[in-house]
Formats: sequence, C-alpha cells, structure tokens
Amino acid sequence: MPGEPLIYGRGLVKQFGTVRAVDSIDFAVERGEAFGFLGPNGAGKSSTMRMIACVSPRTSGDLSVLGLDPDRDGARIRGRIGVVPQEDSLDLELTVRENLYVYGRYFDLPRSELRPRIEQLLRFAQLTERGDDRVEPLSGGMKRRLTIARSLINEPELLLLDEPTTGLDPQARHALWDRLYRLKSQGVTLVLTTHYMDEAEQLCDRLVVMDRGTVAAEGSPQGLIGRYCTREVVELRFGPGESERHADKVADIPERIEVLPDRLLLYTDQGDATVEAVQRRALAPVSVLVRRATLEDVFLRLTGRQLVD
Amino acid sequence: MATPPALRATQYFLLAYRRTWRASIMSTFVSPLLYLLAMGVGLGSFVNKGGGAASLGHMGYLQFVAPGLAAANAATAAAGESTFPVMGGIKWTRTYFAMLATPLRVVDVLAGHLTWIGARVAMAVAPYLIVMAAFGVTPSPEAAAVLPAGILVGMAFSTPLVAFAATQDNDGSFSLVFRLGMIPLFLFSGVFFPVSVLPVGLRVIAYATPLWHGVELCRLLTLGRLGAASAAVHAGYLVALAVVGAVIASRTYTRRLRT
Ligand SMILES: Nc1ncnc2c1ncn2[C@@H]1O[C@H](COP(=O)(O)OP(=O)(O)O)[C@@H](O)[C@H]1O
Ligand SMILES: [Mg+2]
Repeated sequence: MPGEPLIYGRGLVKQFGTVRAVDSIDFAVERGEAFGFLGPNGAGKSSTMRMIACVSPRTSGDLSVLGLDPDRDGARIRGRIGVVPQEDSLDLELTVRENLYVYGRYFDLPRSELRPRIEQLLRFAQLTERGDDRVEPLSGGMKRRLTIARSLINEPELLLLDEPTTGLDPQARHALWDRLYRLKSQGVTLVLTTHYMDEAEQLCDRLVVMDRGTVAAEGSPQGLIGRYCTREVVELRFGPGESERHADKVADIPERIEVLPDRLLLYTDQGDATVEAVQRRALAPVSVLVRRATLEDVFLRLTGRQLVD
Repeated sequence: MATPPALRATQYFLLAYRRTWRASIMSTFVSPLLYLLAMGVGLGSFVNKGGGAASLGHMGYLQFVAPGLAAANAATAAAGESTFPVMGGIKWTRTYFAMLATPLRVVDVLAGHLTWIGARVAMAVAPYLIVMAAFGVTPSPEAAAVLPAGILVGMAFSTPLVAFAATQDNDGSFSLVFRLGMIPLFLFSGVFFPVSVLPVGLRVIAYATPLWHGVELCRLLTLGRLGAASAAVHAGYLVALAVVGAVIASRTYTRRLRT
C-alpha cells in the first residue's frame, strides 16, 4: 500500500524474564530510507531488530513489517527481507561460494538462478578472488561483507543490519559503508543499529536514539544535533578526575556545560570566541579543541551518559 | 518444483558432510566391519565350538551378533549425530540461526536435521547388511528391512537426544550420555549375548531399553522369524519413543531458538 510505512512499531515490548529489553517503543520506517537505531550496549537494539526480523516473538505491542504481522506471516516476511545479525552465522568450514549457495537454497532459489547471482554478489562484496576459499581464514571485514552478500541472496527490498561494522578496523568500516551506500542508491531500504555516532551520521537519513529499552529522541542526524546541541563544542581536556574542580570557573561562558571525568564540554555557537574567553581564565588544560557537535553530544544531553565508554 | 522447507535444511548438512566425510569414514564404516570380523568370525568360532550354539537357538554366532551390531551401531551413530552437531547449530557455527533468518521455521530446522540424522544412520547400518549378505547370514528376504528398522532404532535415540541437547549450554553432558547411557546399552542389550543369561533384575531392565527392542527387531528380521505380535511390540516401542522425543524436541528447540 502506498503511504504505509515499510515497518511500523507501536508500544513494542520485549521482555526476557525480569528484564524489559524493549520497553514500549514507537517508530516507523519509510520505503527507501536508511533508518538507524543508535544506542549504547544493552539499549535494546538487537532485541528490536530480532523482532523486526521475525526471529523473536514480541511480548506486546503492534508491529508490522512490509504490511504483514510477524506473528502470523513470519516465514513470508523473512522470505522478502535480508538480515545481517550481530553475531556472524557463517559456516567457517564451507567455502565462500558454498555459504552463499546453501543460504540461497533456504529460500528455495533454484541452482540455475543462484549461480549467476552468487557471482554478482561476490563482485559486489569484492570477494570474487576468494570464492573457493574456506571462510575461516578470511579477515573480519571480509566475513562481514560475505554476511551482507549472503543477506542479499533473495534480492530483499528491506535489509536489516545489526551492528554491521562493530569490531572492524577503520578501513574495513569504510569499505563496508561504501557497499551500503550502493545498496541504498539501488533503492534498498536499510535499517541498522550502531553504537558508533559517526556511523549513524554517515549512513542514516533518520534515526532513533535508544537508551535502556526506550526511545529518547527521533529525527535526522543534523536535526537532532540542531535540536539538542549548539553548533560547536569546545573540549577542555584535563588530567583524569580533574575536570570537575575547573567546571565552575568557566560555567558562565558557554550556553551549556557537560562535565566528564577528564574533560569539560562547552556548548557554544562561537567556538573561537569561547576558546578566547576560556584562555583569559588561566586554567591550563592539557588540551583545547574546537569541534562540531555530534550525535555523541546529543546522547550525552539526552541521557547524561556517553555512548561508548 | 518447490523443495519442502525441511529438506532445504537437510541440504546444508549434506553439503557440510561432503567436506568432512573422509574423517568420519573410519568410525562409520571401518570400525563396524572390524567389530564384525573380530566378534562374528573370531569370537564366533570359539562360541560355535563350545555350548554357545545351543543357547543361541542353533544359529552361528555371526548370524546372532551381526544384526545386533547393526542395531547398536544405528543407535551409536544417531547419538553422535544428535548431540554435538545440535550444539554446533546453536552455539558453534550457529547454523540453526542462519536457517531461521530465512523462510525456514523451527519445525523445518528440526525436521531437516532429523532427516539428515536418519540418512547418517542408514549409512551406518548399510555396511552390516552388505557384510551379512556376503557371509550368507541373511537367510530371509525380509533381512533387507534391517535398513528401515535400523533407521527406526536411530530415530528412537535421536529425537529424545536432540531434545535434550537443545537444552544444554555446552557439550559437557554429552560425554556422560555416552559413558553412562550408550556404552552400557551397547554391552547389555543383547547385542553380544542373549539377555536371558542375565540375572533377572538386569534382564528386566534390558527389556525396557530401546536398544534391546531394536536388536530383537533386527535379529528377527534377518532370520525371517518376526511375527506380527513381536513386530508390534518392538516397532511400536521404538515409534512411540521417536514420536514422544520429536514432540519434546519441537518444544525445547522453540524455547532455545525463538527467544
Ligand atoms: N535472549 C536473552 N535472554 C535474556 N536477556 C536478554 C536476551 N537478549 C537480550 N537480553 C537483555 O536485554 C537487554 C537488551 O539487549 P540487546 O537488545 O542485545 O541490546 P543492544 O543490542 O542494544 O546491545 C540487555 O540487558 C540484555 O542482557
Ligand atoms: Mg546488540
């Protein structure tokens, strides 16, 4: 149906025993966008993704995926989406090609159709040379690209990626982001979770900030930064545990100040002027840095805690 | 034509086996044959010369032991395939989770794996049948039914064991299954000697074990002496165990895999 969101969650809850992993969240993902769940470890991102992927039944609330109900039509939904789980589930003893082939068979794709598609996916994942190698010795980045290639075997209209680049080195991350841009430009709807604010800023058109099972805020990366932060941030770095006693001396300068154990964050629209004002107070911080506000600052503002610690 | 979902899961195990079959050929084919030669021919010549033949009901020892070993090997193969690979599907390679991200459902994954285990059991039983035929100890045409009977024995062990394996956090308990379960069964279920020679207490226990029913079923089939009543008792027991195990397995699998 046109106009209906591709994924729609309302009052969505996931309870594990006494742990409420997802505590009544609302969200909607539109066709063609890249949508993110940003939050620290334990925020409930994977639990949410697994409900969307129809591998984990919801405890309560409404959820619709591709206009269908995961409780009733799980197998049909799974046939039309691609899933990159947080933990790889590749068979390390099989070759790259065999992993793709057998996964395609789960969707009942015939061999004749799979053969050319596997070659195309190997090119996409830049793994053509390694096609007949066992998976085990591949690098972390290659395994992740293979998992993404595998998730595309059924030409899904919706791709779910749970922490696609966690544990990868910067170069491997950029290679992977590049693949995801390509998919997006081909019209695939992307839903991803991450605890990296740069990943969320790079990839997501829109995101929700998750914390302790709830949604703290929702919007575009720039929209969220504009709503919750100033344009710039002056970071004053001190020795460990020393920042607190300096906070009072500069608190009147910026619009807002955040005190971290080793740093003061001064939120301001005029970074340079703020730096000058700080320098007149003779605090002697270890370092002074002016930077643009990021989603990390948004998270700090919303929760009082850091995304990655 | 659409492949049934469970068989798509089976295809995975077949593909994985094609990579490792050389490593398993010793345990599946070679060591059973060594057993058969040592027991049936070696020990057999000793037994046949003594008073053994009479208490075995006037059959050669090879004739006696071969169908028993076929049934026991079916049970052992089933137990091996129903424990460690299940942990692999859940924890090591996480294949079950890969399958469940696709249109396959938990019941498909379970049925697909059990189908594969059935195939492995068939591979474990077939060599016995071939050797028995070669030695001319398969007087009855029904002896060919030892193959499906062996698969049934395998399933009676497999379904309760996969149900159990899916509840485990690691493979620590599996060696106990073998040491306290499979090996005593192997020794005391009438494979090597008739349970009638056991003291009455042990004999009653032996009658209650699935392997004894499997051994009897296979033995009577090779002799062509399986009557309707004993067929119903032995096969009925094994079918019941396999079905109950499958029902429990579908619960433990769901609990473990759809959290
Ligand atoms: N299968 C499970 N059983 C019990 N608790 C779980 C399970 N999965 C997740 N949790 C708990 O739910 C909370 C949210 O976890 P998760 O959704 O994995 O968060 P995230 O992906 O954001 O790190 C955590 O407290 C976690 O321990
Ligand atoms: Mg997670």
